[in-house]
Amino acid sequence: MALLEVRDLVIDIPTEAGVLHAVSGISFAVERGETLAIVGESGSGKSLTSLALMNLLPKRAQRRAARISFDGIDLQTISAGGMRKLRGNRMAMIFQEPMTSLNPAYTIGNQLMEALTCHRKVSQREARDRAVHLLEKVGITAADRRLSQYPHQLSGGLRQRVMIAMALMCGPDLIIADEPTTALDVTIQAQILHLLADLQKEFGMAVILITHDLGVVARVADTVGVMYAGRLVETGAARAVFKHPRHPYTRGLLDCIPVPGRTVPGMPLGAIRGQVPNLIGKLEGCAFRNRCDFAAPECAGAIPLAHPEPGHDVRCVRLPELEASA
Amino acid sequence: MLAFTLRRLVVAFSVALTVSVIAFVLLHLSGDLATSIAGAEASPAQVAEVRHQYGLDRPLTVQYLDWLWRALHLDFGNSFYFRDSVVSLIATRMPVTLTLGAISLAISLIIAVPLGVLAAVFRGTIIDRLALTFCVLGQAIPTFCLGLGLIIIFAVNLRWLPVSGTAGWQNYVLPSVALGWYAVPAVMRLSRNGMLEVLSADYIRTARAKGLSPAAVVLKHALRNAIIPVVALAAVQFGFMLGGSIVVEAVFSMHGVGHLAWEAIARNDFPVVQAVVLILAAIYITLTFLADVINALLDPRMRVA
Repeated sequence: MALLEVRDLVIDIPTEAGVLHAVSGISFAVERGETLAIVGESGSGKSLTSLALMNLLPKRAQRRAARISFDGIDLQTISAGGMRKLRGNRMAMIFQEPMTSLNPAYTIGNQLMEALTCHRKVSQREARDRAVHLLEKVGITAADRRLSQYPHQLSGGLRQRVMIAMALMCGPDLIIADEPTTALDVTIQAQILHLLADLQKEFGMAVILITHDLGVVARVADTVGVMYAGRLVETGAARAVFKHPRHPYTRGLLDCIPVPGRTVPGMPLGAIRGQVPNLIGKLEGCAFRNRCDFAAPECAGAIPLAHPEPGHDVRCVRLPELEASA
Repeated sequence: MLAFTLRRLVVAFSVALTVSVIAFVLLHLSGDLATSIAGAEASPAQVAEVRHQYGLDRPLTVQYLDWLWRALHLDFGNSFYFRDSVVSLIATRMPVTLTLGAISLAISLIIAVPLGVLAAVFRGTIIDRLALTFCVLGQAIPTFCLGLGLIIIFAVNLRWLPVSGTAGWQNYVLPSVALGWYAVPAVMRLSRNGMLEVLSADYIRTARAKGLSPAAVVLKHALRNAIIPVVALAAVQFGFMLGGSIVVEAVFSMHGVGHLAWEAIARNDFPVVQAVVLILAAIYITLTFLADVINALLDPRMRVA
């Protein structure tokens, strides 16, 4: 059984202009120890998806699903108290903004130790030792001294390392990292990603990595889900998706970045024309069709899931023609 | 933290010095003191004698430095009207005003802060609406109306509490409620807004993602950050209460500093007016200084500034 299973997740946000369909029926599963990367542009619904898994959606957002289960526990019917026991304990989250995600009024040590003491009956001494141990694990020097420092005394990279250490305090089975490197300097991004990958191997956690950076995905993910306008348009093994992207959107995304062995030297990088569709109101057919070079009349109808190879799902009705043209 | 405190102390002292100059100059701009002291029927010779007797014929800077030097030794001279030293007059009146102010502030904080927090946590619900309605009512009733209303209900009709005077703790209940009521709306609104802002902060999401209970999220992570602007407001409100106690002291016939200031102004009792202005300013400056220090304790980022 998969550690996390999501079937037909829908997130609607009522607005004054109508209902915004932020996420419209996505399904995925994460195995123990595996890394799933969810890739997409801003507004594709990937961050809301991660919050939905933690039951941390904003109040006005409405969540529905055929199934959301974590280690066999149904997260749709779980009590608020039961969910609190999972949060931070068995499923932890790392957020995008390390600069604002730590409470400015409390020391690093206080915030780290609290993550453990609110779930386990441990002494202050033990919590402190664990915090020092994990700060060292995430590559922070003079960890003991850092415990008494405040967030504003640390750089963004250090704060994100603290956030990672905080997520690890209870030894979770699943870590959801929502764009953990987006707010950081490019030189720090690689360090943080390597750190996450190393920690995952060492602790055997499953990781859901939410990102818009395909370069990041190529390095660390086992499985990739490409999101567009609240739908998963392509999912599959990372290697397969990168080697042979099927959906026109995935192809377009990959053409936008330099990939060794794929990009032809001297040729300009691609760009996807047009803009993400407005998600307010009902959207029939393929959401990408107004930007797609392969669009045809049938793209306005229902789009069934195609399986070009085992474990590789694509939502595109033009797949045969695409394969022929490639 | 020590460097921060010292810097704030220097600022506080310079403000106090400025206020003393202003208080001194204003009084001397208000007319010829010697004429006022000697009285309207005094002959020019008598006025000249008074001027010499009170040292008013010396240069202004000398008079100021002399006055300041004595003020620093808590010597404000004698009242023209009461046959008593200014210091002993204020010393007997000050406890009444300070007690009244402190109880009023405590009452308004005890009501307003929890109300603001509740309104923010239950934003948009009936609790929020009731709290805001309560606020509007608070703002709409003038202090003297409320004071008289409280006297009619609790002192005259129910006979639970005394009408006026300063005999025991019972005398302070009604005036403190009347005076504290005035600060409730402002403090409540600021607590509510501060709380709303903090509740949508990223670190609150982090706290919830950790699996903390809603109470721990609100009371530990949110309140400490939301209360920071309230501390500064409370200091200012306490200053207003000391000033505003003049009305309440009049309504409840309490002999505090407010009452004294009112009497002194009515009788051209300059040494008293000057001393009251300086002492109230000094209290105000002390409060602002304390608010800064408390805020620095609450928010480590301020200790650098």
